[in-house]
Amino acid sequence: MATAELQARVRDEDGSVAIVLTGDIDGRAEAALERAYGEVAASGAVLLDFSGVSYINSTGIALIVGLLARARKNGQTLSARGLSQHYRQIFEITRLSDFMTIVDDEEDKA
Amino acid sequence: MSTFAQTMMRVIRRNGQADVSVVTTAQPEQEREQIEGPAVEIAPNDPLVAFLQSAGGPVEVDKLDLDSPAVTALREAGVALVVPLVSQGELIGTLNLGPRLSDQQYSTDDRKLLDSLAAQAAPALQVAELVRKQAAEAASRERIEQELRVAQLIQQNFLPRQLPDLPGWQVAAYYKPAREVGGDFYDFIELDDGRVAVVIGDVTDKGVPAAMVMAAARSVLRSAASQTSSPGEVLQRANDLLCPDIPERMFVTCLYAVVDPASGRIRFANAGHNLPFARSSHGAVELRATGMPLGLLPGMDYEEVEAVLAPGEALLLYSDGITEAHDTEREMFGTSRLGENVVGGDRDLIDGVLTSLQRFTGSGWEQEDDITLVTLRRTGGAAPTGSSDELHVSFCVDSTPGNEREAMTRVAEAVAGLGLAELRLERLKTAVSEAAMNAIEHGNQGRSELPIEIDVDAAHGVLCVRISDTGLAGPVASAEVPDLEAKLDGLQKPRGWGLFLIEQMVDELRTYDADGRHTVELVVNLRGETDGDS
Repeated sequence: MATAELQARVRDEDGSVAIVLTGDIDGRAEAALERAYGEVAASGAVLLDFSGVSYINSTGIALIVGLLARARKNGQTLSARGLSQHYRQIFEITRLSDFMTIVDDEEDKA
Repeated sequence: MSTFAQTMMRVIRRNGQADVSVVTTAQPEQEREQIEGPAVEIAPNDPLVAFLQSAGGPVEVDKLDLDSPAVTALREAGVALVVPLVSQGELIGTLNLGPRLSDQQYSTDDRKLLDSLAAQAAPALQVAELVRKQAAEAASRERIEQELRVAQLIQQNFLPRQLPDLPGWQVAAYYKPAREVGGDFYDFIELDDGRVAVVIGDVTDKGVPAAMVMAAARSVLRSAASQTSSPGEVLQRANDLLCPDIPERMFVTCLYAVVDPASGRIRFANAGHNLPFARSSHGAVELRATGMPLGLLPGMDYEEVEAVLAPGEALLLYSDGITEAHDTEREMFGTSRLGENVVGGDRDLIDGVLTSLQRFTGSGWEQEDDITLVTLRRTGGAAPTGSSDELHVSFCVDSTPGNEREAMTRVAEAVAGLGLAELRLERLKTAVSEAAMNAIEHGNQGRSELPIEIDVDAAHGVLCVRISDTGLAGPVASAEVPDLEAKLDGLQKPRGWGLFLIEQMVDELRTYDADGRHTVELVVNLRGETDGDS
């Protein structure tokens, strides 16, 4: 499997702002996530789009937990979209899904 | 003038034989009765050559005062006058004349006539000589090209047109003849019991003789293979059959391996050929068996050795055209460099080896000898339906951060044939990646020289993946359920998910320490579970 460093782009979507993620969420993703979060820190609702993500490891989970902690502190709501079925289960197992809304995807990806 | 014309013709023809030769001709007055004297050879280092080159006109032999064997020979041949044929400062030949029949001396007019004749004849002679040489060279080149084409034709005619279809294996072959074709060959022989014999060989010598012996060796091996399935016996018989017929000082090196596709067992024997490489979890290993090349001495015995390739492992057979390729500094590519390529984890061995060779030799390299590569790679799933239940794959990756992905991919490849549902496979991949990352970063402290070992075993409906490190992290606490609230409230670090995740991803997680190694064992039940379970 080819590895791909994470790219995070911020995009305005009606009423909220989305961080569109492409690549792997592992230890190398920290800088990209930080940068993107910096751009949306003032928004009330932030949507993380995982459609372009095919690999998340425990370090990546920790980075998402870190984002979630800061969002809560800032009174923001965080939601997730485009998770594959596998990572959706991981969000459930880690209970991340208790603290962020998992938006149903049009298609189920394994 | 007709006499002169005729004389000229003769000069041209005779002069073709030596760089400097001497031709005596008839006297000009006697048109009908030409008397041809004996040709006189002038050695290239004879002082007469230098003398004639600078003489500037006809020379009377009587007046020559040179210590020269050629002058003596000219006198003995009765030559009175020598007319040098000089073109572009070079003595092309001479026109030799005997004494005039009238007993008179050659007149000034005679000499003038001869001189102007020589001035025209010399360049014409030189051109004719050049044309003749070029024609001879072209003919010889054409003959060599023709021979090359014949050798190529013979050789290509006897190489397999297609690769064998081995279930659960990937077979690939690469063959590139040198310009002057060597005697490389390879062959696949399908045996009655479903096994396949893989043959690679190299005949000494080049060109047509090598191609003929290669063709003979191939048929002799095929005929021996039809009589016995023992590689040692095949080589023994082939040797005995080849010995009486093979030209002196020629012989054939050959490796003969019988592959059982189902079990991965490879029985082989070797007649003085380069040792094949096996790529396993322990790196590249040379498979050694001893025996004399074919065609040297009859009655030879050939050692027979067995090796087993596990799924994911591969075998490389090759000829010395690759190991004996030289770079611009005349250094040889060598066996160890080839071995490094074998271990490189490259999935396409042949591509990897050829790329490395290209880097080594640089551009503009003219291939010195035939290059032949044959690879057999046992793929993860022995059966295409995924029903196979038995598996054993071992490999190592070094402790470089990020290598957990390599471990994950290779385990996924290894279990590809087990028919795991997609989500279960994804969970296993996550578990392997996490366990390998722990082993690399904690157990081996990221020290790249320390490998982590991964064993994949499947039997009786249970898949075990064991990942072991050198245990530098000390005893590892059992997985605790991370307190997400505490992490979110900043009371705990956000990290610490690895072991918990692993435990959630597989049916069972075991850890143990033995012999200085810390091992994490991931267990997945292969039967009776579907994607719905988590």
